[in-house]
Amino acid sequence: MKYVDDFRDGEIARGLAAAIAREVEPGRRYAFMEFCGGHTHAISRYGVTDLLPPAVRMIHGPGCPVCVLPIGRIDQAIQLALDEGVTVCSYGDTLRVPASEGLSMLRARARGADIRMIYSAADALALAQREPERQVVFFAIGFETTTPPTALVIRQAAKLGLKNFSVLCCHVLTPPAITAILDSPEVRDLGIVPLDGFIGPAHVSTVIGTRPYAGFAAEYRKPVVIAGFEPLDVMQAIRMLVRQVNEGRAEVENEFTRAVTEEGNLKAQALMAEVLELRSEFEWRGLGVLPNSALKIRERFADFDAEARFGLRYRPVPDHKSCDCGAILRGVKVPLDCKLFGTVCTPETPMGSCMVSSEGACAAHYTYGRFRDIPVTAA
Amino acid sequence: MKKTYIRPLDLRHGSVDLSHGGGGRAMVQLIGEVFGRAFDNEWLRRGDDGAVLPAPAPGERLVMATDAHVVSPLFFPGGDIGCLCVHGTINDVAVMGARPLYLAASFILEEGFPLAELARIVASMAAAAKAAGVPVVTGDTKVVERGKGDGIFITTTGLGALPAGRELSGANARPGDTVIVSGTLGDHGMAIMARRENLAFESEIRSDTAALHGLVAAALAAVPQTRVLRDPTRGGLAATLNEIAQQSGVGIVLDEAAIPVDPQVAAACEFLGLDPLNIANEGKLVAICPADAADALVAALRAHPLGARAARIGEVIADEHRFVQMKTAFGGRRMVDWLAGEQLPRIC
Repeated sequence: MKYVDDFRDGEIARGLAAAIAREVEPGRRYAFMEFCGGHTHAISRYGVTDLLPPAVRMIHGPGCPVCVLPIGRIDQAIQLALDEGVTVCSYGDTLRVPASEGLSMLRARARGADIRMIYSAADALALAQREPERQVVFFAIGFETTTPPTALVIRQAAKLGLKNFSVLCCHVLTPPAITAILDSPEVRDLGIVPLDGFIGPAHVSTVIGTRPYAGFAAEYRKPVVIAGFEPLDVMQAIRMLVRQVNEGRAEVENEFTRAVTEEGNLKAQALMAEVLELRSEFEWRGLGVLPNSALKIRERFADFDAEARFGLRYRPVPDHKSCDCGAILRGVKVPLDCKLFGTVCTPETPMGSCMVSSEGACAAHYTYGRFRDIPVTAA
Repeated sequence: MKKTYIRPLDLRHGSVDLSHGGGGRAMVQLIGEVFGRAFDNEWLRRGDDGAVLPAPAPGERLVMATDAHVVSPLFFPGGDIGCLCVHGTINDVAVMGARPLYLAASFILEEGFPLAELARIVASMAAAAKAAGVPVVTGDTKVVERGKGDGIFITTTGLGALPAGRELSGANARPGDTVIVSGTLGDHGMAIMARRENLAFESEIRSDTAALHGLVAAALAAVPQTRVLRDPTRGGLAATLNEIAQQSGVGIVLDEAAIPVDPQVAAACEFLGLDPLNIANEGKLVAICPADAADALVAALRAHPLGARAARIGEVIADEHRFVQMKTAFGGRRMVDWLAGEQLPRIC
């Protein structure tokens, strides 16, 4: 696989590892947050940590779409399917996120709700066209990467004049989440989370470009390196961050030049702006209610807004008392700190959302890394 | 005198109805014209409720295995549910080290299922059974109402003879042993997924479905001290190795760079966000043998057409936690875990 294997080459990885080890200053510690779940997954799956010197610590950030989805939003989707009898479509991992009353979308399906797993927003639209007697709701989640396709299907539905299609829009924005982490007392005042820089998102940045990160470098003095999702991208980004820290720089640098430009995808941005607008506030799992951090459907397209069509009210639901997902998403804790991790909370029976997606910090550690917690000993 | 007093089944346009499972003339006709004709052998011809089979040779023991088949789509590149249900059960018997002898087949048909498709599936089963030299000696047919089945489900049961002194088990792996696979991983599962998702590649991904008893016989003739044989079906190599680690109370360390995966399968997995180690195979063996016999075993597998891409992929270690780990081609380490639920593609 040309252009894929090239970025997973073990030989080059060893060279980069040696370079990072050389450039790390003796006695200095480096803590970087990879914002995206895609990076978390790559780090775990390829064992990138094994190639880093001990002085470099990676903190898993909140950029996993299903991990930041609050229980109240899943409840809305389940309510639509169980009480209103509509067909709810969503992406795979969303179906397994625990909701209220021991339910998840998968469990609601076992109770008779019509819930379908789809691969793209277009599948939901096609279903609505194919079965006009059925009310179809697309439960749209994700960061800026998955937002343009949602905007597109809403526009198409409007053009087609569909009466049986609507969208429960839960799209969220990356920059406000990074701001929330930088403004959190743990990072700002208490120094509990030492944070020397960010690995910026890959796919999100193909849409929004590199400009939105300029503020983090300028105002918060944190270096940002936008990187692709392949393991060599991650290693190269770490090297660039180490250099910025050593040289006292705080800039936005772009490692992922093969896909990310300064201004991003203008067409996709225009499409999003046409169909969607900022929500004044939105609840995030782990980060709380953040102002201007999510998108809703514009008044012009209100016919396709499931919240308006079905008169949905949002009811916040607190996480399980012992679940540390919130602190883990903010980088304050690691999965092992959580009492539930690996005991009652496992990938088969997730209590918190970080255990659901392989991009979540807990699931990634459970699936790929838990052997590190216990030394291998002969039986 | 009329010759038959029965109108032949319409195998081109007809479909299964409830009378075909009702115990009346229609059922007898379906069994005779579809199953009896295709599987024809001395046991079926007798028309009894069961098959009377000769006892195994002195010292031999019997091995029995059963497998239900519910695959969708029924027809896929490289095979169909018919040959699959013959291969699957033969392989379960074969990896115990036994010589497969007989099969039983049980069909659950959904009302409305086209007779033409049934005939095609049964023909494929018969051809696979004949090629493997393992006759279908008894069977059963039930019909369920429309909406209560998914076209056709087939359960096959196999009986085989195990030579004296041969002991293969997932519990036999010992630290220091070598882990070997007989060829590329993930072909069957990805052939099915690619068909379901309508993925088009330059050349089609084909299922590896095959009867492995010949390959097993060649392997055991060359290396009789082989300790474990398994066919990594559902859950793929990852599930099979975790099972063996649990049964044997050992750890396993794989070398990712050595694991054979067809480039098309790797590309399809990449596209759908899947891991080839979790994908089902229907014509591959996992073998574990003492390290000093590994070269001979790989050579024996490679000498057989079904094992041409055999490779050593890892080793068994002492580990009370029974972890399956992998040295990644990238240079790190990670666990190779069981699948959590169904393997779902990641979303972004």
